Amino acid sequence: MFGRWREAAFAAALFVLSPFGAAAQAQTPTQAQTPTPAPTDIVVPYLALTRPSSVPESALDRPPENEGLLGARVAVADNQTTGRFLHQSWRLDEHLANDEAALVQAFEDAAGQGHRLFVVDAPPSVLLKLADLPEAKGAVILDATSTADALRGKDCRRNVLHLLPSDAMWADALMQFLAVKRWRDLLLVSGPADEDRQLADALRRSARKFQLRIVADKPWTYNPGSRRSDTGHYAIGAEVARFTQGVAYDVLVVADTRDDFGDDIAYRTTDPRPVAGTHGLVPGAWAKPFEQWGGTQLQTRFFKATGRWMTSRDYGAWMAVRAIGEAATRGGSTDTGKIAEYLRGPKFELAAYKGVPLSFRSWDGQLRQPVLLADDRSLVSVSPQPGYLHQFSELDTLGTDQPETTCHT
Amino acid sequence: MPYVILLLALFLAFPAAAERLLVSNEKDNTITVVDAATLAVTHTVPVGARPRGIALSKDGGSLYICTSDADHIEVLDLASMKVSRILPSGPDPELFVLSPDGTTLYIANENDNMVSVLDIASGRVTTEIAVGVEPEGLGVSPDGRILVNTSETTSMAHFIDTATHEVIANVLVDSRPRRAVFTPYGKQVWVSSEVGGTVSIVDAETHEVIHKIRFAVPGIPAEGIQPVGIALLPERNLAFVALGPANRVAVVDMKTFEVQKYLLVGQRVWNLAFSLDKSRLYTTNGVSNDMSVIDVAALKVIKSVPVGALPWGVVVAP
Repeated sequence: MFGRWREAAFAAALFVLSPFGAAAQAQTPTQAQTPTPAPTDIVVPYLALTRPSSVPESALDRPPENEGLLGARVAVADNQTTGRFLHQSWRLDEHLANDEAALVQAFEDAAGQGHRLFVVDAPPSVLLKLADLPEAKGAVILDATSTADALRGKDCRRNVLHLLPSDAMWADALMQFLAVKRWRDLLLVSGPADEDRQLADALRRSARKFQLRIVADKPWTYNPGSRRSDTGHYAIGAEVARFTQGVAYDVLVVADTRDDFGDDIAYRTTDPRPVAGTHGLVPGAWAKPFEQWGGTQLQTRFFKATGRWMTSRDYGAWMAVRAIGEAATRGGSTDTGKIAEYLRGPKFELAAYKGVPLSFRSWDGQLRQPVLLADDRSLVSVSPQPGYLHQFSELDTLGTDQPETTCHT
Repeated sequence: MPYVILLLALFLAFPAAAERLLVSNEKDNTITVVDAATLAVTHTVPVGARPRGIALSKDGGSLYICTSDADHIEVLDLASMKVSRILPSGPDPELFVLSPDGTTLYIANENDNMVSVLDIASGRVTTEIAVGVEPEGLGVSPDGRILVNTSETTSMAHFIDTATHEVIANVLVDSRPRRAVFTPYGKQVWVSSEVGGTVSIVDAETHEVIHKIRFAVPGIPAEGIQPVGIALLPERNLAFVALGPANRVAVVDMKTFEVQKYLLVGQRVWNLAFSLDKSRLYTTNGVSNDMSVIDVAALKVIKSVPVGALPWGVVVAP
């Protein structure tokens, strides 16, 4: 979930679904080949807000280019392959915006053309701005990449659906796993960024929920910049050893969404302890080593099309566009109103290589889904962990369940 | 085969002598050969990378193997237990079906949305048919005229005329369709949907879904029920459906479509094959790395046989 390049090219993007020809052309599931009706064009414009990228701490991974957009492109190609058999013709219409105002303008223009279904890749403040536009009233915005709990809670909007797991789901996925392992005592280390603080809050709440103990809760203040200078490893090694001395814990949980220091912790602690969180064992919607439930196929398809590995943000955009495609196929209509209705309805199911169908929670618009737990080279586990039961769906043991929701709009 | 003998065989639940079970092991790149009488492993044959779909040649003398990561098909000579021939397949062949006359293999190329048509005698791919995203299951009608292909992400069963190689109908089924199996007289096609958790019964004439079989296993969440392999036994009006991570094989009445029983087998049960006399049903269990043996007359699981790593398919050879 935490792409290493939060700051890199923060692309705010929105896709707009537009059926050409306003008539809701009914599609029957079974279609003989002849006679061939004219295909219904479905255009998905893509609007991205770009920001300058920061220099990554490690030189090993290049910041992924066009994160999100490439997932959307692969999804549109998937929709097109399916749509061919239903006489639908899908296309991604890409627009890049340099600032928030241009993005808002693009949204208004698209809405002005009659589009009612949008997929947005934007930071929470921008997402809310779009959702509160008069033009967004009655529309559905698919939030492809945000993970903020506030967007699912006190700042939730009825016209927004969220594709990626929330911070709460992310934290719960890890805590369930640690509880099952009986690694109960945690040392929490969090960075100074707003996102780090929000994630640390989610981890604290989740630890309480699953009855794990945070035995020490320490902010990371050391500047790790020296690591890559000559003999820098002495300084960072000594600092982490000091930092972790005198604490009795099972696992070090790190919240470093900007990738500033998380890679510098493992093997440098005073006691031999595993690292989890944004580094080490990482929960996520997608992971490079993931190859179960047909995931290999999507990994291969994405790599072939783009020349790089898929990230969680790419996957979020892929799911958003595929969700629209699925609703258009299953709902029997390319009318955007009907698609929006179907997305929220009880029949909607998204197959997204997780072995189980995914659907949107009615109370906060969050897509319920399993969360992967992986390190760089292997998939370690998938949450929910066996044994965490739920009266309706075990997937709802991750994140904010209906009785606890603060989304009451 | 005379009916009496068949009946006798059913009651004895003891397969004919010299029968062999061939299992493809996706993770350790081998074919496990099991003697059906003793249920002992007799050979472990190394083959190309990631063997998945397997099928017996019409004369029973060879095994065709989709070696997916090697991007070709290997022909295993069952007398010498050596790979005797390599056939082209198009990229990433996952599984295939043999035409009833034994001359043609229809191959699902999972990564490029194609079904390849391979002429076995000449060893050439003669046609590629464009289908949906991630083609998977393949079934051919008993008369060989209609090929059905399922595409996992498109969630359709594509009906293809094998004479013209044109897609004649596309039937939307539940998410991630896996297998397509014709009933013996070609009236219906049974399609399993892994994520949808159902088996759709499609009328082969009208291309309508006439029924959807749903499954419920006590103690297993609905998401944990993922139908894949299908084996039909019209002689007893029974269908068997492998339910993946639910670790069960469902026994279904072929006429009423009611589920009669769930048989507990190994973990992530995937594909199914009958013994030649239909007295036993064999299952591949991908996670527990074994094969379960079901006594068809008693509807009981009688044995587990350890095989290779991540067993995928099983066929029975004389």
